[in-house]
Amino acid sequence: MEQLKSQDYKERQFEIDGWPVKLTSYRIGEKYVCQADDVSPGACLARFTAATPEEAESQAISKARHLLSKTRRREI
Amino acid sequence: MATYAHPEVLVETDWLAGKLNDSSIRIVEVDVDTAAYDLGHIPGALAWSWTTQLSDTVRRDILPQDQFEALLSKSGIKPETTIVLYGDSNNWFAAWAFWQLKIYGHKDVRILNGGRKKWLAESRELSQEVPSYPATQYHAKQPDLSLRAFLPQVQEAVRNHSSSLVDVRSPQEFSGEILAPPGLPETCQRGGHIPGARNVPWGKVCQDDGTFKSFEDLQALYAAEGVDQSRPTIAYCRIGERSSHTWFVLKYLLGLPNVVNYDGSWTEWGNLVGAPVERGAAKAVGA
Repeated sequence: MEQLKSQDYKERQFEIDGWPVKLTSYRIGEKYVCQADDVSPGACLARFTAATPEEAESQAISKARHLLSKTRRREI
Repeated sequence: MATYAHPEVLVETDWLAGKLNDSSIRIVEVDVDTAAYDLGHIPGALAWSWTTQLSDTVRRDILPQDQFEALLSKSGIKPETTIVLYGDSNNWFAAWAFWQLKIYGHKDVRILNGGRKKWLAESRELSQEVPSYPATQYHAKQPDLSLRAFLPQVQEAVRNHSSSLVDVRSPQEFSGEILAPPGLPETCQRGGHIPGARNVPWGKVCQDDGTFKSFEDLQALYAAEGVDQSRPTIAYCRIGERSSHTWFVLKYLLGLPNVVNYDGSWTEWGNLVGAPVERGAAKAVGA
C-alpha cells in the first residue's frame, strides 16, 4: 500500500481586488487541494479539494474573492 | 549565530519524524482551518479545535480548568508527557494552545518549527486515521495568570506608559482602515489601535518555509520598534490568538522576562465606551 503523503506542493501569490492572496496547492492521494490565504494576517480564506488541480484552484479563488469583496475599507 | 533563549521549546520536522512511535510524546494539531486535519495529519497526531476545545464556549474566556483537565485526560496526556503542537498558518493556533498549556502549568510543551506547512512541503508521511489513547486523570496546576493581561492592566499601562504595547495585527487593521482581517466578520465598533502601541505584524517572525527567523533577526525586528527587555511587554491582536504567537516568540525565543498576552485584544478595547483610540499608520520610533 502506498504511503500517504503530500505531493506537488507549491505556493504562489497574487492579488484579488487589491488584497494580496497566497495560493497553496498540493495533492494528497487522489485529491487535489488548493488553499487561499490572505497574506496579512496569514489566515485561511478558503480551501477546496477536487479531482483536478484546476477545479480545486478555481473554487478556492472564487470563495476567496467572495469573502474579500465583503471587506470594507474606511477613510482614516 | 546566537541560539534562542529557550531552544528546547522548538522541534524540527526531522526530529519529530523519528519520534512518531515514542509513547512519551503526544502530537497535537491545532489549525485555523479546523478541517485540515481530516485531509491528512502527522501519524499519531490528535486534533484540538480552537473553536470548541480551546475556549470557553459560553462566556468569553480561555478554557476553564475542569474542561482543560478533561481535554488532556481524553487525549491520554499525563503531566510528564511531552506535547508537540503544530498547525497551519505558521502555527498560529498551535501557539494559542501553547499559551493555555503554560497557563495551566504543563511542563514540557514544544512547537514544531514550520508547522503543518513544512511537514506537507517536505512530503512527509501523513495519516487519515484518528488515533485514540488510553484516558488519564490529568490534574492541572492553578492557572498562572501572570502570562495574561486583563483590561485594567492594559488601561494602567496606557495611562502610565509603563509597558511596551505590541499590536500584532496587519497594518490596515492597526491604522483603522479595516476592522477585521480581510474575509472575517467585523466584530468591533471602532478601528485603530491602543494609544502608544507599536505595530509588528505577527507573521513577520516567520520565514517563507514557516520556520521562525533567527534570534538575531527577531531581536532586530522588535528592537526597531523599541521592544526589548527593559520594559514589560503586552502583546495584543483582535481576539488574542495571533498575539499568543508573538507572546511565544518574545518569551521563549527572545527570552523577554515580562511579556503577557492581552487576549481581550482589539475586540475588547475597540468596543469599550470612552476608550482612547489612535488611528493612522505606524510612525517611526520616537516620532
